[in-house]
Amino acid sequence: MTETTTTVGRPVAPPAPPAPPRPRTRRTSTRTRLELVLLLGPALVLFALFVLAPIGIAAFYSLYRWNGFGPLQDFVGLTNYTDALSGPVFQSAFWHNVIIVVLSLVVQLPLSIGLALLLNQRLRGRAVLRAVVFAPYVLSEAVTAVIWLLMLQPGGFVDRVLVAAGLGDLVQQWLADPDVVLYTLFAVITWKYIGFGVVLLLAGLQAVPVEVREAAALDGASPWQTTRLVVLPLLGPTIRIWIFLSVIGSLQLFDLVWIMTLGGPANASTTMATYLVDHGFKRYEFGYGSAVAVVVFVVCFLFALLYQRYVLRRDTEGAVTRMVG
Amino acid sequence: MAVHVSSRSRFGTPAGYLAAALIVGVTVVPLLFVALGGFRTTAQINAAPAGLPGPWVWDNYRAILVSETFWQFLGNSALIAVIATVLAVGLGSTAGFALSRYDFRGREAFYTLFTLGLLFPVGLAALPLYQWLRQLGLLENPLGVALPQAAFSLPVTIVILRPFMRAIPIEMEDAAVLDGASRLGFFWRILLPLSVPALITVSVLAFVTSWNAYLLPLLVFNDATNFTLPLGVATFQSQYSQDTALVLAFTALSMIPALAFFVLAERRIVGGLTGSVKG
Repeated sequence: MTETTTTVGRPVAPPAPPAPPRPRTRRTSTRTRLELVLLLGPALVLFALFVLAPIGIAAFYSLYRWNGFGPLQDFVGLTNYTDALSGPVFQSAFWHNVIIVVLSLVVQLPLSIGLALLLNQRLRGRAVLRAVVFAPYVLSEAVTAVIWLLMLQPGGFVDRVLVAAGLGDLVQQWLADPDVVLYTLFAVITWKYIGFGVVLLLAGLQAVPVEVREAAALDGASPWQTTRLVVLPLLGPTIRIWIFLSVIGSLQLFDLVWIMTLGGPANASTTMATYLVDHGFKRYEFGYGSAVAVVVFVVCFLFALLYQRYVLRRDTEGAVTRMVG
Repeated sequence: MAVHVSSRSRFGTPAGYLAAALIVGVTVVPLLFVALGGFRTTAQINAAPAGLPGPWVWDNYRAILVSETFWQFLGNSALIAVIATVLAVGLGSTAGFALSRYDFRGREAFYTLFTLGLLFPVGLAALPLYQWLRQLGLLENPLGVALPQAAFSLPVTIVILRPFMRAIPIEMEDAAVLDGASRLGFFWRILLPLSVPALITVSVLAFVTSWNAYLLPLLVFNDATNFTLPLGVATFQSQYSQDTALVLAFTALSMIPALAFFVLAERRIVGGLTGSVKG
């Protein structure tokens, strides 16, 4: 731990600082170093203690068989990794995350774009509308989970509304049927997060000058052509960022699933994150759970790296994460 | 989308209003179900889940408002969120200042290090973090939640503040120095006041993130008197699962702070998210 802090902290006061833009005396540069330590130090210590250290510690634990208590002594090498990667439950958890990622891209993205295009008109009360659409995003996943848990009870609100609308055939055991539960959860996720995409895209749309649309219309483009060939390409950067945030979020899905199903029934809705918490805190397999955490982190990191390299690069010259927020 | 630009610019189209009505319905109906359900009895809800209150029952809301539990959860959430926000914004702004207005070797490396945190949410850190907090003696302690939350909020804070602070012209700093201000004096008296809009945005983000967190409080707190609101709602739901009306009232009340906060800070939240995403 201390090691991490010091290695991280060392470059704060480099032995020979590069020439500053304006020449400063030697005395100031000592002072500058002191200021840097003072300004950057506390944030670095906090960050190292609670963000960087856990990454390192997880990698360390992952090499042991350990129940979370007592000394670490049962070194098992990479066994935890091979167990996780070859285990059917972890594999299905991984695929559940992939399904959520794919569904988000195939369902949420077109839906967000469509809604944003429709809402990007001079509708009366558009500001209120924007706020309403965004509201579920500020609720916690815990509250969202409880709301939908109650609405989706067998014979509950959702079922009754469907029956009343003449769609009684659609009624399912929303959270108890292993074939349905993942899609139910996806619908709830969509309810909570669609507003974020819509608001993001609306902001992007407002940056498209009216003149561009008008010019396209003057050149004889139909509204659909204008949208598809002019507006959507201009939304490219916004869409690419949305995709990035959505994928990272989908890969790390936890709260909602944990409260609504605990990953059940019969692991039908287990995600990588619920899998790791389940093994760590319910079964006291801390070493194994840590290995899973490292795997998930590597998956996210690889995705971020590849996405940055091949997709985002044209939008920004900075680090991939410069754009995330 | 068969809409002409000219008609589009004057009024919304019927399709637009239809979509608007649909999305408002889908968004608002679940919230109304919760809020109105709290005014019914469980028997009424079971008989007609989609019904309206009639007669209106005030007992559920009253029971929760007079019980200590709800206020305790609320107070715990507020305390933790305030500590986490103050720490994240306080330390994040000094670090942002150093990373934006000082030239030193390794500056970009530090920045990249912080941004790496964006890829590593609390969920993945759960197991080692729990062990670590136990060794530090921070279990059952509000700081056990607030400190990691502040640390995990630093990346976003710095990512938003750095470009903002960097954009403030160097001439201002020179002028301050001419007037005898030290660099830290410039930071404190000029840069921070100028950064207030960005500071509000990052504060709102840090606060909401902390306020809504579920996993970390779940790990740190066993004692129900320490619970935060999200943890409390989830626990309450499983404890009183047969008393649906009470759970609905509890959930409705616990939505109010977040929604009220959102109404007050909507522009900041939306602006902050869209702004930071645009880089």
